[in-house]
Parts: sequence; C-alpha cells; structure tokens
Amino acid sequence: MRSRTPSGMRLVNLLLSGWTGLVFLFLYLPIVLLVVYSFNASRLAIVWEGFTFRWYEQLWHEFTAHLADERRSALIESMGNSVIIAAATTGLSVLLGTAGGWLLHRYRFPALRTISTLIFIPMIIPEIIMGISLLIFFKTVEMELGFATVIISHVTFCFPFVLVAVQARLAGLDPSLEEAAMDLGATPLKAFWHVMVPYLLPAIISGALMSFTLSMDELIVTYFTRGPKSETLPIKVYGMAKVGLNPLLNTISTVFIVGTAMLVICAELLKGTARRSREPG
Amino acid sequence: MDVMVELKRVTKRFSGTTAVNEVDLTIRAGEFITLLGPSGCGKTTLLRMISGFETPSEGTVLLEGKDVTYEPPYRRDVNQVFQSYALFPHMTVQENIAFGLKMKKVGRAEMDERVRSAIAMVSLAGMEARKPTQLSGGQRQRVALARAIVCRPKVLLLDEPLSALDAKLRHSMQVELKQLQKKLGITFVFVTHDQEEALTMSDRIAVINKGKIEQLGDADAIYHRPKTTFVANFIGQANILHASVVAREARQARVELEGGLTLTTSEELPEGAERVLVSIRPEKVWIEKERGEGDNWFEATIEDELFQGPTDQLRLKTDGGLTLSALVANESSRRTPVHAGDRVWCHLHHDDIVFVHED
Repeated sequence: MRSRTPSGMRLVNLLLSGWTGLVFLFLYLPIVLLVVYSFNASRLAIVWEGFTFRWYEQLWHEFTAHLADERRSALIESMGNSVIIAAATTGLSVLLGTAGGWLLHRYRFPALRTISTLIFIPMIIPEIIMGISLLIFFKTVEMELGFATVIISHVTFCFPFVLVAVQARLAGLDPSLEEAAMDLGATPLKAFWHVMVPYLLPAIISGALMSFTLSMDELIVTYFTRGPKSETLPIKVYGMAKVGLNPLLNTISTVFIVGTAMLVICAELLKGTARRSREPG
Repeated sequence: MDVMVELKRVTKRFSGTTAVNEVDLTIRAGEFITLLGPSGCGKTTLLRMISGFETPSEGTVLLEGKDVTYEPPYRRDVNQVFQSYALFPHMTVQENIAFGLKMKKVGRAEMDERVRSAIAMVSLAGMEARKPTQLSGGQRQRVALARAIVCRPKVLLLDEPLSALDAKLRHSMQVELKQLQKKLGITFVFVTHDQEEALTMSDRIAVINKGKIEQLGDADAIYHRPKTTFVANFIGQANILHASVVAREARQARVELEGGLTLTTSEELPEGAERVLVSIRPEKVWIEKERGEGDNWFEATIEDELFQGPTDQLRLKTDGGLTLSALVANESSRRTPVHAGDRVWCHLHHDDIVFVHED
C-alpha cells in the first residue's frame, strides 16, 4: 500500500477538495474575468481582442488632467469625493468607536446590555432600510443633503466595527495596567494616552481600515443620502454601468479591488498581531 | 521612631459588606511590615487605601503625618508592585522602568542614571530592550520591582508579588526582597496569605481576619505567643484545647485539660478566667521513651504516624482519652525511633502552653 489513508477516506478527501475548488471558482471567477477584461483591447467589454494597457493609460490621463485643472473629469471627482468621505468617516468612527468601547468596558450601568446590542443594529440592518430611514431623518431635521449627511450615514454603520475591535482587545486587558500607570504618577488622562491608546492601537487600526473600506464601497445608503455635489465613486460607476459596459469600468474596478484587498489584508494581519500580543504579558 | 503611615479607625464598606472594619495601624519608617490573612480578609483593600485606589468609607490615612485620605494615587509618594506585575506590554524593560520618572518630568540625564541603577539593582542588565512577553516570570517580577523603586517612594506596597512564581524562585526572591529593603531603607508593606513568607521576611506582621487586625507583632511573638485561636491556627499548626483553671500562683497556674491531664503554665492568666483555651504547637511536644526531670510529663500512645520528610507527624492519645498532635524530627534508625503503637512519655515546657482567645 502506498498510502496509510484507507481508500474510502481518500475518495472523501478528493471529493472535498474538488468541492472546495468549485466554490472558490464560483466566488472568484467573475472577479478574475473582470480583471482580465480590464486588459482587453476591444471597446466591447465581452469580446477578447488582445492585451493592452490602454484603459489604464486613459484612466491615468483623466486623473492627471483633472488634477492639473485641464479637463474636469466627473469620474475622478467622484473618486476624490469617495476618499474624502471615507477619510472623514474613518476619523469619526475611530473616535466614537474607541471611546464607546472603552466606556462600555469600564463602566457598569443598568442599560449596558441593551446599549451593547443596539450598537450592532446598524451593522446588520438592511442597507436599503438604513438609507430610507436616514433620508427621512435628514429631511425631518431639514438638513441639506451633501457631504455631511453622507459622512454621518457612513459613521452610523462603520463605528460599530471599531467598537467591536476595541471591545475584543479590552476583554483581555489586565485591569491593573491603568492603575499601575496612575500609581507611577500618571493622571487618568495621561494613563489613557500613554498606556491604553498604545495597547488599543492594533484594534483601532484594524477598525479604521475596516471603516475606510466599508465607506469606500458603500452604494445604497449613499444613494439615498448624497447631495448633487457629493457623488461617490460607487454611485458614478453604477451610473456608468446603466448606460453600457465601458472598458474603463473594468479598469477602475480592478484598481478598487486591489486597493480594498490590500486594506482588508492589512486589517487581518493587525488583528492577528493584536491576538498574539494579548497573551498574558 | 518615625511614623511613616498611620491608619486611623479606617473602615471600608462595599455595597453592604464591610471589607475593613475600624482598623488602627501605625507603620514605622523603614520597617518591613506584612499584612497576613486568608483571601477575602481585607488585606488587599487595606493596601489599596494606602496606595489611593480605594477611599475609606470612614477614618483617615496619614502619610508622614499628612492627611492623604482623599489624595489620588498619582499624588502620593507611594508605589505598588501589582500581583499581576501590570507591566506595560507595548514598552520595553527600559521604558517600563522609566515611566514613573517620565510622568514626574525628571530630566533626561538623571532619568537614565536612575533607570540604569535600578536595572543593576534587580540584576536585569542586558535586558533593557526586551518586551515583557520576552521575559520569564521572575524577570517580570524584577521589572515591576525596579519600576516602583526607581521612583524612590516613601512606601513600597507589594500585593502578593511572589504568588505567581514557583516555590524555588519564590524562596530566592524572598531573600532578595528582604536584602533590597534593608539596602534601600524604604518602608515595605507586603500583602500575603502565605504564613511562611510572612515569617521569613517581616519585621512585623499584622494578622488580619474578617476586616480586623487580630494581632500585630514580630514574627517570633506571632508564632510563639498567638493571642487568638485564629492566629494560632493560621500561622503554623496548633493543638487548641479546652482547659479549666485549678490553681493560681504568682507567676504560675495549673490547668486541667480534658481527660484529667494537669499542666503547669507560666503565662499570665486572663483575669478571673475559669475556663480557658490553650494552644500547644505540635513541635513543642517532647517525645521520650523514659520519663525525665520536672513536671508536665504524661504518658500517651502513638495512634498514628505520618511521614513528612524532615519530620514525622504523630497522633497521640493520653490514657485519659485526650488526642494531641505532635511533630518530631525524623531521626535515623540508629537512634531511638518511635512508631505507631508505642507507649511514650510526653513533656511540655511551661512557656509552650499559651492561652488564646476564641474569635
């Protein structure tokens, strides 16, 4: 016998790995196709005519021309808007999420459980409902739709991700750590800054990356809460796709996929670091 | 003698339960005092009121005569070594030790010098750049110690600092801590539930039970002259026996134990007492084959024998039916060993029969 594994088990293993392969193919083939077609020479998105960097060059030109104020590009402008919105969303989410996670960990009060649960609702509620309810809210308080409304909306579902990460990190915290800092002469504020913030940093960064990615990709909530000047990239792409499949779309999407994937990988790596350094210290 | 810390009628209540109950304690400058007691007796709460992490419900805490009852920990000249060490995980050994000086805004040159000497004092040279996770338990303990003493506190508080170490390391750290304390001359307040640790290291021991100090004294007094059954039982082993006073003289009394055994004692009797409790340490019971000189001799049978390495624990039964536990050195077979079933003569010295109160 060549293998120690019984032949029955070998068959099961073979079937399992085959099935796994199929699932991955199902998940990633469309994305792979999109990336491949972004190098397609044809104007028609679904006919392969040969390899080219043409669309990337065109995107680059639009980008540089827009930056140099030679030719306004709605596409590039929407990209800029997306980055501004995502950056602001991330900053606010980090502040809210870190403070919130800290307070929920530190203080025990009657409504603690209820509040902890309520915070996760924006994470799981259907986006369409979030979008409509936020729109109704902004209209009720007569807030003009624009950057501010989009950022507020994004923060509502992004900051819980920071909060969760911070809470998880705090769960492994030695309660004496903060006391030790105060014992050594640090005021509560200094103790928080010098000891708690560095301790929480991996969680904060992973939460921030998550927020940035989510905000960048968001379509539905943005669709309801945007103003005329706060068009984001996903909205622009959606608009372009309605008119027809443009090879430039594949190119932007590829850039996006690579960017998002890198952020998510960074976030996961940091989470790993956080877990490891949480071992008793 | 200078007074360093004074606790005046200090009480601490936590939602209904009283952790510390009207405690008065004066800690002298430069002494090594141990707060000894079982878990939950209030010793850590007492310590935390000196460090400032707890505020007394009633009473005052004085540090060098100054009222610090309501001062936060960061404004007290005391430092603590935590049970979990509480080293800052993102900082190196060097940064951990320098933290207190950084908070006090000590100048760069002085800081470096003081950190270096603290590191040398706890023999951690060469480890400066390591993170706490790269250190062994004993090394972390030393970092925690260095981090506290580098601030030159008036009082160093140690909350069961050795409990996470293995037995061998614990013993060597006990010696080291005691030497360090002598060298620095800093007042040490040490909290432990380990009686042996307390006896080895302390100048004075405060035995704490149910939020109260049961007895305060040096190791010798605590061990040899326990005042209550709790102290007698918590520190070492003790035979606690009921007795009735049969005769009183100037410096002596005769008491009768259960089973008709009558003993002469030299300790002062509690005023007007008829029924008393006596404590007898098992290792103070002399075991001989023959009756010797003097009084306090009685015959007994060895009912049971338990080998304990350096000692044998014996269960004795007198002819009157009194059961007594005794510890004898585990002698080699060439001498006259005693075994279960043997008839032996037992002797007690006057001074080894101690009157105790029931708690």
